[in-house]
Amino acid sequence: MPTIIIPTPLRKFTNNIAKLQVNGGTIEESLQLLSTDFPEIKKHLFDDQGQIRTFVNIFVGDDDIRDLQNEKTILQNESFVSIVPAIAGGIIF
Amino acid sequence: MIEIDSFANKIIINDAINKYPEECCGFLFGIEDAGKAIVSDALPVFNSAKGDKKRRFEITSKDYMKAEHHAEENNFSLLGIYHSHPDHPAIPSEHDRVAAQPFLSYLIISVLNGVETELRSWKLNDECQFVKEKIIIKDLINNKITQ
Repeated sequence: MPTIIIPTPLRKFTNNIAKLQVNGGTIEESLQLLSTDFPEIKKHLFDDQGQIRTFVNIFVGDDDIRDLQNEKTILQNESFVSIVPAIAGGIIF
Repeated sequence: MIEIDSFANKIIINDAINKYPEECCGFLFGIEDAGKAIVSDALPVFNSAKGDKKRRFEITSKDYMKAEHHAEENNFSLLGIYHSHPDHPAIPSEHDRVAAQPFLSYLIISVLNGVETELRSWKLNDECQFVKEKIIIKDLINNKITQ
């Protein structure tokens, strides 16, 4: 099963578990399954339209899914999926 | 409450002054003890914001992943993010709030005319609004409060 690496700020929603195996064939399926198992994490991953939030980046290995097939990116059993919060801010947008 | 080691604090303040008039940014590491963040290490990183770095900061995904590795390797927790507000108060903007992550401390250093004038720390509450945190600067090795 693919392994999902949970970033520190979201681990409080996964009982402090840093790495989880989720039986999803694509990024979308895996993140939905993760949200089913840990409902509180959902609002930090998806927006109101059910899309992956702007401030969340997803990597498969070293590859950003935006350079692959986005949420339709197919996962292998040995895939490592990293959820990476976009860290940004400043005085103005 | 957030307790910051005086040496880590020096790293943060020096980074804010050296990067002025641009915004600096970096990570805070340490341990959590009974709801208190105890910061013993600070790691400055490159501000990768495109456009006006005097008003914006951004940290690359690669630097974020390195920070998570740094925490794991040193048995630390990633406790927060720091950044500076050149010539502006140490109050989070709407940009800061919208992009903020839960449970992390957001330390903001106000730098006026190249001089550090204020340090404030903020954390999101359950309504995703920033709430100010009390800061204690401490020599963690000798267990002495310095500020």
